[in-house]
This record gives sequence, structure tokens and C-alpha cells, in this order.
Amino acid sequence: MSPNFINFAYLVAATLFIWGLKGLTHPRTAVQGNRYGALAMFVAVAATLLDQQILSFEWILLGIVIGGLIGAVLAAKIAMTDMPQLVALFNGFGGGASVLVAGAALLEAGMPTTAAATNTFTVATATSGIIGAVTFSGSIIAFAKLQELMSGNPIMFPGQKTLNVLVALVSVALGAWIVIEPTAVEPYWIMTAAALLLGVLIVIPIGGADMPVIIAFLNAASGLAAAATGFVLSNNILIVAGSLVGASGLILTQIMCKAMNRSLGNVFFGGVGGTVVVGAGNEIYEGKIKSTSAEEVAMLFDVAKRVVIVPGYGMAVAQAQHAVRDMANILESRGIEVEYAIHPVAGRMPGHMNVLLAEAEVPYEKLKEMVHINPTFDQTDVALVIGANDVVNPLARENNSGPISGMPILDVDKARTVVVIKRSLSPGFAGIANPLFAADNTLMYFASAKEAILDLVAALKEG
Amino acid sequence: MENLVAALTVFVLAVFVGFEIITKIPPTLHTPLMSGSNAISGVTLIGALLSAGAQHTELTTWLGFIAVVFATVNVVGGFMVTNRMLSMFRRK
Repeated sequence: MSPNFINFAYLVAATLFIWGLKGLTHPRTAVQGNRYGALAMFVAVAATLLDQQILSFEWILLGIVIGGLIGAVLAAKIAMTDMPQLVALFNGFGGGASVLVAGAALLEAGMPTTAAATNTFTVATATSGIIGAVTFSGSIIAFAKLQELMSGNPIMFPGQKTLNVLVALVSVALGAWIVIEPTAVEPYWIMTAAALLLGVLIVIPIGGADMPVIIAFLNAASGLAAAATGFVLSNNILIVAGSLVGASGLILTQIMCKAMNRSLGNVFFGGVGGTVVVGAGNEIYEGKIKSTSAEEVAMLFDVAKRVVIVPGYGMAVAQAQHAVRDMANILESRGIEVEYAIHPVAGRMPGHMNVLLAEAEVPYEKLKEMVHINPTFDQTDVALVIGANDVVNPLARENNSGPISGMPILDVDKARTVVVIKRSLSPGFAGIANPLFAADNTLMYFASAKEAILDLVAALKEG
Repeated sequence: MENLVAALTVFVLAVFVGFEIITKIPPTLHTPLMSGSNAISGVTLIGALLSAGAQHTELTTWLGFIAVVFATVNVVGGFMVTNRMLSMFRRK
């Protein structure tokens, strides 16, 4: 098939990719949008298979069958709570594929039958190898942390930053070697090994609650690695699709950083989390904590007109979203207005809470963004905080140098009554006490999220 | 050089299109956006197909084959899981 025809097919695919992403701008059109994306991929793959360079199909077919089966099983089996680690894993596979493709292209370019390698080619190969390898190993570490195969706490050691910079310089220097001496293939693999180490080093100091940032960042990196591979192969569809993903990941990274009032550098090197000051908050909490029970909260609901539910990672861990939905249904059947306040960094990846609540069949128009829900808290009778902590901590409003200072929070303390469902007074990820728990209008309900909500449902049904 | 400029043009324009569209995606859909764009980044599959099928040497075929497996996991898994998530978003 002529190259022109293939390139035309790539243009069709690129248009479909863009169209598909555009579909994702609204929940109504999103399913269709995703299908356009899949169709685009099909068109691009089918066109590539017509390329004259491809002499044999057996390996391709085998690879597609194996990869397709693994992907399909993972996609069908994964629990919605575990979505962050699945996305991390997929990011890693994408990055790994880029490394291998660029490596194979370099090997081919070294052969006497092919034209001499240009600088564009070698620079792109080195870039693809470095970004792809960082994405691969970084994603594997992120996966291991989220899957709790290793500790989710930041791993820090003296001289870490210096080591990171050194390893980064070594991989860039080896990349430069490839540019100067394109027939030397060994430096490419050593460079890849250095970049793999760099990926590990970048992700180990990242703590659990910073995961949304790192996953968005790795998402961007997997796209940029694909785009770099596009430069290696002079292939426009790789460049277009890769840069779309790169842009998407970078925007999400920026949104997540802003939602925590931290810079990307601070997330990478700050190592927030895991350091809990023992006894922190004793003087804040002393004698001011009022604990409550299911019956008491049910009575609060009896006189409420508006209830706002604030889900956090604790709800996800306890798998309480279905119970929460049942409770909300009861409240709504009694004429109470129920809405959900979603903080951008609630959960372990951007939009994680929304997916969990959608799984529990909560209609999406009830899920409110922080900027929209915050002005409504002073007309809210009960704010029900389920397993969230730092994102409702009023200390964030104070202008000091605390770990969450300046972070935008949900203003739950403005509600008439705040009920916090939490197992204990232990601090959240930021490792600091939360004065909200000791506030006059706050009642603490000490239980795991699921038990608490189930007891609440029972109390509501009795009452 | 001409090729490089042409490729850079495509790259820069695509980044801009990406920024324009993606800033309009509501936070509710950020997780499916990530898994969906993740599937799109599996487009490296195309490069992998060329390496695996061209049969230049045994080594490049192997590298290509592994890359095909990796990228296909990414593509198939990514689109399927996105579809699964998105079909859960409903109106009342």
C-alpha cells in the first residue's frame, strides 16, 4: 500500500483521537468519545499493517493476542478503588514500549542497508529512551506503593537530590554519546538503565496523598515518550497522539499541584507525609471532642433540609460508597437535599471519588466541585465528612509555613453541624492535627466508614 | 532538517489542541480522561508493529514483539476500562 494512503489513514486517526477527547468534555458524550478513540487506534493499526516494511505477521499477531488478553482481563476485573494502580501500570507499559521501539530503531539504523542516522533521529531516540524508561520504572514503583507491595510512605535518604541530579546527568550524557556516535548501541542500553534508576529514585520519596500528582505526571511522560518515538520514526500519528496525552497529563499535574498549593518541585523533593509528630494535637483536642452515635446523627437528619457529604480516601478504603448512596436515597426520600463535595485531590488519582460514587449509581450532577459547593456550606444543616481529613482542615487557611498552608479546602466548618466519621483522631497524610475535630459545631463519629454508614441507615429506618 | 520542522509543527499544534480541549474536561471525568488518554499513548503500538514485522534482525524482532505486548496491554486495557467507568456515569 502506498505511503500516501497510510498517511491519509493516520490523518483520519488523528482527527478521531481529537474528536474522541472532545467527547470527554461531557458525561453524556463521553462513552461515544472513548469509542472514537478506540476506532482511531484501530484505523491507525490497520493502516500500519499494510506497510510494506512489515514482512511477517506471526509475531505481531501473537503479541496482540497476549497483550490484548492481559489488558482485557485487567480492565474487566479491576475494582474501582484500585483504578489508580491500574492506570499507573498501563502508563508504565506505554513507556516501556517506547523504550523498546526506540532501541529497535537504533539497531536498525546501525545496519549498512539503511541511510545514515540524522541528528533528529538520534536526539529523538535518546529522548524516547530516557522518558520512556523513567515512565516505566516510576510507574512500577507507583503501582507497588498503591498496591501496598511496598510502603506508601516517602523513602528519603541523605544526598537524595544530589544522587537524582547525578543519575539524570549520566543518562543525558549517554544520550549525547548516541547523538555523536549513532552506531554505538551499548550506550543506549546503559542510558536506559540509568533512566530506569532515575524513575525509581523520583517516585520513592512520594507519599500516598501526593500520588494524584505523580500519576498525572507519569501520564504526561508516557505521552511525551510516544511523541518522541514519533520523531524517531518520523511518524505523525505518534507525534499527534503522544502530544495530546502529554498535554492532558501536564494539565492534570498542574491542577493537582494547585489543589494542594504546592509546586511540582515540592511534590518531588518535599517528601511530605509519613512524619507524624507524636502527641500532635493533644492540646487542641483536650476536652473539646464531642463524640456522637448513629441515633444522634439520625436525629440531626430529621430536622435537616440540606446535607452535604464529603467523601475522602477513607470512604474508598472502606468500600463504603454503596452504603453512602443507600443513606442518601433515604434522606432524599424524606425531602432532604443531598449533594457531594469533591475535593480535587480526594482519593489517589484525579477524579477518583467521582468514579467510586458513579459506580454506586450516584448521579453525576450531584457531585459538586469545590468552587461550586463552598459558597453553599453556610446554608447546609449537616456536613457529613467520611474518611477525609487534610482537605477539610481549617489550618490550611492560616498563613504560616505548615505543610498544608494555603491549600484550598472544603469549608465544611461553615455548616450548622459537622459530623466527622473517622476511626480515630489520628492525623491525615500531612501529619498535623485538625482543629475542625474540636470545633463547637463538630461531632466526631468514631467508626470505620462502612460500619458507621450502615448503622446510620439502620437508625434512619427505625426513626 | 525539513522533516524536523514539519514534525515539530505537528507536535506544537497538537499540544495546543490538547491544551484547548483538555482544559474543558470537567473534574468529574478526570479519572476516565487519564485512563483514556493512557490508552491513546499506547499508540507506540504502531512503532512496535513496524519493529516486530520488519524482521531486520532477530533482536529487533524480539524487541518489537515485547513492545507489541506492552503497548497492546496499554491500548486494549485502557480503552476497555475507560468504557467500563464511563458507562457508570448516569443522570438521575
